[in-house]
This record gives sequence, C-alpha cells and structure tokens, in this order.
Amino acid sequence: MDKFPFLFAAYAIIWAVILGFVLSIFQRQRRVSREIDALKEALREKEAE
Amino acid sequence: MKHQYLHWSTALVAVDFALIVFALYLVFMWVPSAQEEAGGIAQRIFYFHVPSAFAAFLSFFLVFLGSILYLWKRDWKWDRLAVSAAEIGVVFTSLVLITGPIWAKTAWLKDKTGIWWEWDPRLTTTLVMFFIYIAYLLIRNYAGERAQGARFAAVVGIVGFLDVPIVFMAIRWWRTLHPEPVLESGGLPPSMLFTLVTSFTAVLLFFILLTWARVGLRRAQEDVEELRERIGR
Repeated sequence: MDKFPFLFAAYAIIWAVILGFVLSIFQRQRRVSREIDALKEALREKEAE
Repeated sequence: MKHQYLHWSTALVAVDFALIVFALYLVFMWVPSAQEEAGGIAQRIFYFHVPSAFAAFLSFFLVFLGSILYLWKRDWKWDRLAVSAAEIGVVFTSLVLITGPIWAKTAWLKDKTGIWWEWDPRLTTTLVMFFIYIAYLLIRNYAGERAQGARFAAVVGIVGFLDVPIVFMAIRWWRTLHPEPVLESGGLPPSMLFTLVTSFTAVLLFFILLTWARVGLRRAQEDVEELRERIGR
C-alpha cells in the first residue's frame, strides 16, 4: 500500500483549513474596518447637524 | 506604542512562519518513517495531529476560563476571549478529526487495519467535544440579545469543558484503538521527539497569534455595535 498520498492529503487539508480560517479573519477584519469608517462618518454628520 | 505593537506582531509572525517551514522540512525530509504497523510514512501526520489536539485543549480551557470570569466579573473582555478561543478550538478539533482517520487508515490499530473510524471512547468523546463547541458558537450567533447570548454560551463553555479531561484521559482509562501516549512512556527516538517539539512550538506560537488576531477582530466588531447604538442604526 502506497501511503504517501495519505500523508500528502492530511497536510494539504491541514493547510487548506488553516489558510481558509486566516483568510476569513482578514476578510471579517476588513469588513469591520470599512463599517467603522462608515459609522464614524455617519456619527460626524449626525453631530454636525 | 501602536508601532511597537505592530513590530512585535510582525516579528512573531515571521518567527512562526520560519518555524512552520522548518517543522515541515523535518517532517517531510529529515525524520525517519515509523514501522509499517504505525502507518509507515503516513505516521508523519502525527507531528501536526498531536499539536493540533493540544491547541484544541488549550482553546477550550480558555473558553472555560473566559466563561467563568465573564459570569463573575461581567467584563466583556473575558467573553471576547471565550468566543475567540471557541472558534479557534473548533478549527483545531476539526483538523484532529480529519487527520486522525487518514492516519488510522494506514496503520494497524490493535488487531484492525484499514479503518477510517471506530466508535471507541477517544474518538467518540472528541467528536462530542467538537459538537459541544459548535453548539457554543451557534448560541452566540442565534441568541437575540448580546448579554443573554454571552451568559448562555458561558454556561455551555463551563459545563462543556467537562468533556475535555474525559477526551484527554480516554486512552488511559479505557482500552481504545487510539495509540497510547508515547510521550509519557518515553518511547520516541530523539529524532522524532525533536520533530515533535519543533512542530509543537510552531503550532503553539501560531495558536497565540491566531487568538491575538481573533480577539482583536471581536473587539472591532463590538466597536461597530457600539457605534451603531450611538447613531441609532
């Protein structure tokens, strides 16, 4: 039985899952930063009224 | 101050990246394969399977600690730690649940070979642990009011932690198909031990960086909620 494909598959899955999770954190961080900027702008406008 | 913080985090990311590359070099190029009964070349899955399990245990301990401190102090920073650690713990547990069966398929486990899964105590309690923390995250997402969701989740985070020592002790208390703890028996040759310690260090540092980033994200999400309340959106 050639066992290398099992080793390769395990590490490919490990790094795919980790990469996916790290990217999801970055994506959420970007979305939150954009939202904060928009809300701060809205707050400034509201306070200026 | 903020720049200094950025320098530190960048340096730590660089150090961890180098450590991970070094650990992968050791795993794929340097460490000898185990005997065929232990999976042969596929036994090298062990070098990230075991540290992932450790990172999951550590995450759920932080959920437990954060939940107790949140209920006691009612300080959001503890809730932030708990929810961040729960998410990271679920990711590491899923890695354990995926890589374990792949390794098992290639090895002789007691008198069985070529099996992906067996409902034995270690595997079953690990799967239960995974579902407990999935439930924890679902409570967070679907609870109507934020404080109520945090309280319910904290109770799950405390009660659910009861399963973690059971998962850890399962291979000591019952006869399971899972390999016995090789670190405690001192059965690892020096090259395997060195590779394991290196990957442990790499995964542990990665876990710290992930927790740091995830707590920062949670804080930013709370800022958004606060700003929304102030504006009335």
